[in-house]
Amino acid sequence: MSVREYLRERFMPHLWCPGCGHGIIMNNLIRAIESLGIKKNDIVMVTGIGCSSRISGYLDFHTLHTLHGRALAFATGVKLARPELKIIVPMGDGDAIAIGGNHFIHAARRNIDITAIIMNNRVYGMTGGQFSPLSGYGTLATTAPYGNIYEAFDTVELARGAGASFVARTTTYHVRSMKEIIEKAIMHKGFSVVEILSQCPTYFGRKNKRGDAVEMLKYLKESTAPIGSERKRKNPALIERGIFVEEDRPEYCAEYEKIVEKAQKG
Amino acid sequence: MSFQEIKGTLPAGSYYFSGNEAVAEGAIAAGCRYYAGYPITPSSEIMERIAVRFKEVGGVFMQMEDELASICSVIGAVWAGAKAMTATSGPGFSLMQEAIGYAAITETPLVVVDIQRAGPGTGQATRVGSGDYMQAKWGSHGDYQVIALSPWSVQEMYEHSIEAFNLAEQYRVPVFVMGEEAVAHLRERLEVQATVRVFNRVKKHGTPPFGTDSMDGVPPMPAFGEGERLLVTGSTHDEFGIRKTDDPRAHARLVERINNKILANRGKIANTESWYLDGAEVVVVAYGFTARSALFAVELLRKTGKRAGLLRLKTIWPFPEEAIRDVGRSARKVLVPEMNRGQILGEVMKYARCEVSGLNQTNGEIIHPQRIVREVEAVL
Repeated sequence: MSVREYLRERFMPHLWCPGCGHGIIMNNLIRAIESLGIKKNDIVMVTGIGCSSRISGYLDFHTLHTLHGRALAFATGVKLARPELKIIVPMGDGDAIAIGGNHFIHAARRNIDITAIIMNNRVYGMTGGQFSPLSGYGTLATTAPYGNIYEAFDTVELARGAGASFVARTTTYHVRSMKEIIEKAIMHKGFSVVEILSQCPTYFGRKNKRGDAVEMLKYLKESTAPIGSERKRKNPALIERGIFVEEDRPEYCAEYEKIVEKAQKG
Repeated sequence: MSFQEIKGTLPAGSYYFSGNEAVAEGAIAAGCRYYAGYPITPSSEIMERIAVRFKEVGGVFMQMEDELASICSVIGAVWAGAKAMTATSGPGFSLMQEAIGYAAITETPLVVVDIQRAGPGTGQATRVGSGDYMQAKWGSHGDYQVIALSPWSVQEMYEHSIEAFNLAEQYRVPVFVMGEEAVAHLRERLEVQATVRVFNRVKKHGTPPFGTDSMDGVPPMPAFGEGERLLVTGSTHDEFGIRKTDDPRAHARLVERINNKILANRGKIANTESWYLDGAEVVVVAYGFTARSALFAVELLRKTGKRAGLLRLKTIWPFPEEAIRDVGRSARKVLVPEMNRGQILGEVMKYARCEVSGLNQTNGEIIHPQRIVREVEAVL
């Protein structure tokens, strides 16, 4: 199938600003699904609210565009009612980690077979540039005009600590590895988390004087390094990217099935 | 219509159940096979029973991280084709309001059992109250309708639970079973029939899932994974689910229909029960557990020759306006006893063109029949 067949082209042009990283993520998500050969009817995409969440409108799967922060809770119900469907949940950083933080850690703890994609542009874009829990200390935002005094969450450590059995990080600069990582995440049996560092030139970039989209992409290249690489050893401040956790652990729906069997045997 | 008579999930006969057990059994009988909830007094026995029984009947029971997640996962399960519910009490019901609005605009059929306790806030978690009726009506933002039932017995906890699913599926709307702590923890006889009449979700492939030609219609509802790629959104949408967030006509049309589909069918949905209304000078309008005290009081009054009657509201929303108008025409005075500060009194006043007064009690105890007797005697 061609990439275009996965798009609801009648909803184009999309609402994302020029230079936004979210289109790159959508592109690679489609390519990953295409190369895995999953049928459009077998995928339910569940999203919350925000720039990232609008991705569900543009893609021709079953789509459930829900409430801010609650996408994983909705997705949990879909998955348990129809475990044969693939569930993909793209979320923004505020959506997933601020208002949805509780749902995020509990979905990870359950190790339910859902793929969470965190499109992290370090800002609330839809509402006009407020800081998010992933903005980081010292960043500027419309609600941190004198500098943000919150430390950022480390999404990878949060997901690992909460029990996700697949945890990865990549960026919108590293498109080839992004596609491969998304493929692995979708095929992983259990709760998989892919944090994708993305750029928001309109709000985060402008407020923090990070230049245009090209400058921001260069920054994503230069500020990150593969896990355990020589560059990371020489410069410990670099953000690691790659697959951090990939473990075969009991998946929730399968465990639930076992419990039902046990109960019905008496 | 998609009503069907199916075999019950309990052997027919008499049971000695609590209200919470009965409401859980009613849901199972109605075909509910997805439950998600969070522990809260005085409703927790519902999830405890479901946890045991779902494993036997093959349903999915989820104890979620909070009430927000519970109701959201219920909505997800419904779109995946299940009949689904949650149960809670006031504080949890407050948390669920966000998703109730979402269910209203996406026309997602679901059932919430709200076992009311004495509020506001944490209040008295183990004591009775009827303080959630206005919240049930107005709890989420914007204009929408819900259906709220008010059971007065263990038998009705079972029956309303079945009816709630039937109404939810028929009208694609959130339906609330507004139990109170007193009926939830009461144990009394429950009669279970061999068969149950259930409404199965209407599915018509190829028809718009979010619109009808008429302004009070209920569209058919397909599910994920059944061939049609659905767009479901809590934003304003057209009949195909396509977002229309800057189209004033699309918004007006959607809001009008999700309200009209309930209000235009008020006569079919709203249910009341009359006791001793013939020649009644004073009519007590009561609902929920308070109606038990009211009936006891009215019977005492009748024994001493006093012309008192009872109109019991089985449905609170949509409000049974016609029945209230009728008693307002025939009676000299209407008395509304409530375990709140007069939430339904105001509604009765809107439609009863006679003298109406309240008898309100918010001390975490049920209203004693003698209080109602004294109040009626004072005006007769």
